This record gives sequence, structure tokens and C-alpha cells, in this order.
Amino acid sequence: MRKKEIAKTSCCSSSGRTSKPISILSRNEHPVIKSTTGEITPANRLDHLMARLGVKREQHLIESGIYAMGNPTKDSPVFVSANYTLSFDALRSALHGNDCYILVLDTKGINVWCAAGKGTFGTDELVRRIEAVGLNDVVTHHTLIVPQLGATGVNAREVRERCGFKVEFGPVRAADLPEYLKTHHATEEMRRVRFTLSDRIVLIPVEMTNLLIPMLITSVILALAGNYTAAAAIITAAFTGLVLFPILLPWIPSTDFSTKGILIGGLTALPFALYSLYGMTDEKLWLRYGWIVAYMLVIPSISAFLALNFTGSTTFSSVTGVKREIFTYMPKIAWMFGIGIILIIVLTSLKLLGGI
Amino acid sequence: MFNSYVSNTLEYDPELCINCGMCSTVCPHRVFCPDGNVAKLVNKKACMECGACQLNCPTKAIKVDSGVGCASAMMLAAVKGQKEVTCGCDGSCS
Repeated sequence: MRKKEIAKTSCCSSSGRTSKPISILSRNEHPVIKSTTGEITPANRLDHLMARLGVKREQHLIESGIYAMGNPTKDSPVFVSANYTLSFDALRSALHGNDCYILVLDTKGINVWCAAGKGTFGTDELVRRIEAVGLNDVVTHHTLIVPQLGATGVNAREVRERCGFKVEFGPVRAADLPEYLKTHHATEEMRRVRFTLSDRIVLIPVEMTNLLIPMLITSVILALAGNYTAAAAIITAAFTGLVLFPILLPWIPSTDFSTKGILIGGLTALPFALYSLYGMTDEKLWLRYGWIVAYMLVIPSISAFLALNFTGSTTFSSVTGVKREIFTYMPKIAWMFGIGIILIIVLTSLKLLGGI
Repeated sequence: MFNSYVSNTLEYDPELCINCGMCSTVCPHRVFCPDGNVAKLVNKKACMECGACQLNCPTKAIKVDSGVGCASAMMLAAVKGQKEVTCGCDGSCS
């Protein structure tokens, strides 16, 4: 209570996140308290959009440290978050209108759950950050509200032993905080992680950024070779695995991702098979059968592979299960794909070389 | 067949449980639920092996091999010959 210190630090330029630095009371170490609001500005929304599109994936971060929201006192609650803009902004917008502190850990711009899995949102970082910002001088109480999903990295008991702060695991979703704060009790529903249609849809662009370009290149090559149907088949396979699969995930029969991928890929391959049989009437019959087999192998194998890749984005697949899936299906998927691609190359070359 | 997720590495010893309630608090899939004198393992197959319960169990009553349940990360690690599987980031931000 001796000296007022003006925070000099400003956070990333793009925002209403850190508008005006505020004065804080500090002792010898002068912890710097940054200021934030519960408002989501258009600049924030643009940043969220870019993060969702996978543009500069590791650069959607804010400075770690302690932030004040509203006019907090020494009794105000302290919430813990990751330094990923989507995590931090979900928290501060949920807390809009509250007077509180937000302790932001350095998770290298990764969200709470993934960072907790890696250990960067973890006991060590939390204890280090509490000490670095001098949290003991900022608030008089000793309670931190940590998102439930942070529990994968944060050992509440150890935090208390090491620095005296009691970790209270809040709800999974920041949006449930206003309700939670009334009683400090999370309902079963608040404790359960979900994977709704909208949760899955927002993941589609990021999944696409990694795989779309190789798919497009393959497709262009096939189109240049004069086979527009095969080019369309590759695009269809990518669309099936990257767009249809995430959307339809809970409704596709079977439990495994690979089998779901094969089933839905088989379905989208059907039009191509039917076209080969009934549309390519000027071709020899054995060639038409060749194309049917090629499409029925390539499209499902691509969508199965993409489906298997989606395990990393879901909220429920276990390591044991994913490992088992890889061992069970990956060799089969690879064979299907290999044979199918060779067949496409052979059939296309035969056509190019003429003769048949 | 066609269900790779029926079993997992979660193990729970009710003998060691002191009923602190931590496992049912942290589990995102409600695998544990408070019940009388000890926590009850109610939905083992829903476990995604995130490891939150094991980390926060004060008596080591819960054991689970936790890790990243992501196929591309595992395949990438296998191709690169890494022992540890980490997600995303291409190792640049670990």
C-alpha cells in the first residue's frame, strides 16, 4: 500500500484487450497489473476468425501475467487462463461486468486443455506465475478459479503445498462461469465436455489448411491428364473426410473413426461407381469395372485416413483406442489407397496412350 | 470388432479412496461419481485417458496411461522416430 505503479506493458496491438494500463498497489517488486475489459472488439473477432482459419496458428497469443477487469479489490476473485486469444477472450467476455483478476499463464499460445496435456498449463507454470506477479500482494484471499480442463496439468494439492493458493476447478466452459459464481458449485452438465455440431463445424477450416493443397494439386494433375471425373473424385474424397465427416460424426454407424470414414467414403464414391458403369458407355466393359474398383478403393481410403486424423480434434478419443485404430486400420487403408491410385494411373495412362 | 475404444488403461482401487471427490470434479466425461464412502467408477469406457484424475488423486487410487489421443501426432512421431508424442506445433513450440 505504498506506491502506485503505472503499468508500461501493452499487449498485442490488435485489441480492446489492454486499453488503458491501470495503477496498482505494490510492495518492493512492483508487479505490473495489466488492464482488460469484457468487451470483444471487431479486431478481436478478426483475430478469432484468423485463428479458426489456421492463419498464423501460433501467433494468437497475449502477454502472460496478471490482468485486472473492472475495478477489482483485494478480495476480488482470480481466474486462471491460457495466453491463447480464444481462451482468454472466452473468459473475459463471460466475466463481462465482473470485477476480478485474470492470471494468464504462458502456454505458448495454446488453449487450456491442449496446454494442460502438454504440461505448459501446469502446476509448475502456475506456481511460477503466481510468484512472478506477486499474487500475494494483489489479493488477500488465497483462492484461484482454474478451468476444469486445466486439471490435466494442474495438481491442485501440489499448488497449495508449494505456494498456499487453493485451486478451485471451475466449469469446463467459460460461458457457464456467471451461473457457477452464484454458488461456486458446478452442475454435472457444466463439468461435462461436449462436442456439439457447432464445435465440430468450427474445426473444419483448420483441418482443411493442412491437407487441402496436396488434394488440389492431385486433382489438377488428373484434370490436366484429361480425366475430369477422377479429378472430381479426389475433391469429393477430401470434402467427405474434411467436411462431411466432422459434421455427421455422431450419426455415422460404428464406433471407430476409420470405419466411419470408410462407410461415408463408400457412400460418396457410389455416384462415381455408378457413373463408370452407366455413364462411360463408349468404354470397354472391363475398363469401366476398373474405374469402379479404383473409385471404391481411393475415396473411402482417403476419407478414412482423414477421419482417423480427426481423432486429435475430438474431445473424447483415448490414446489406447487411437493406437488400436492405427494398428488395425492403417495398413488396410494404405493398401486400399495404394492399389486404387496405381489403378487410376494405369487406367489414365492407357487412355492417354490411346488404343483402347 | 469395429470398436477400438471398449477398453483403456484406467485402473481404480477403491481400497485407497478417501472420498475427496476430486476425480468426479475434474473428469470431463463423468467417469467417476461420488457415492457413499468411496468414489464410484461408473463409466470406464468413456475415459479418454486425459490423466486429470490421476494427477489430482491424493492417494494414487487411480492409474491411467495418459497422453495425446491424436492419430496424426502418433503417426508423425512414429515416422520421425520420436518416443514422445506431442500434438501440433511441429516441435517448434514444445
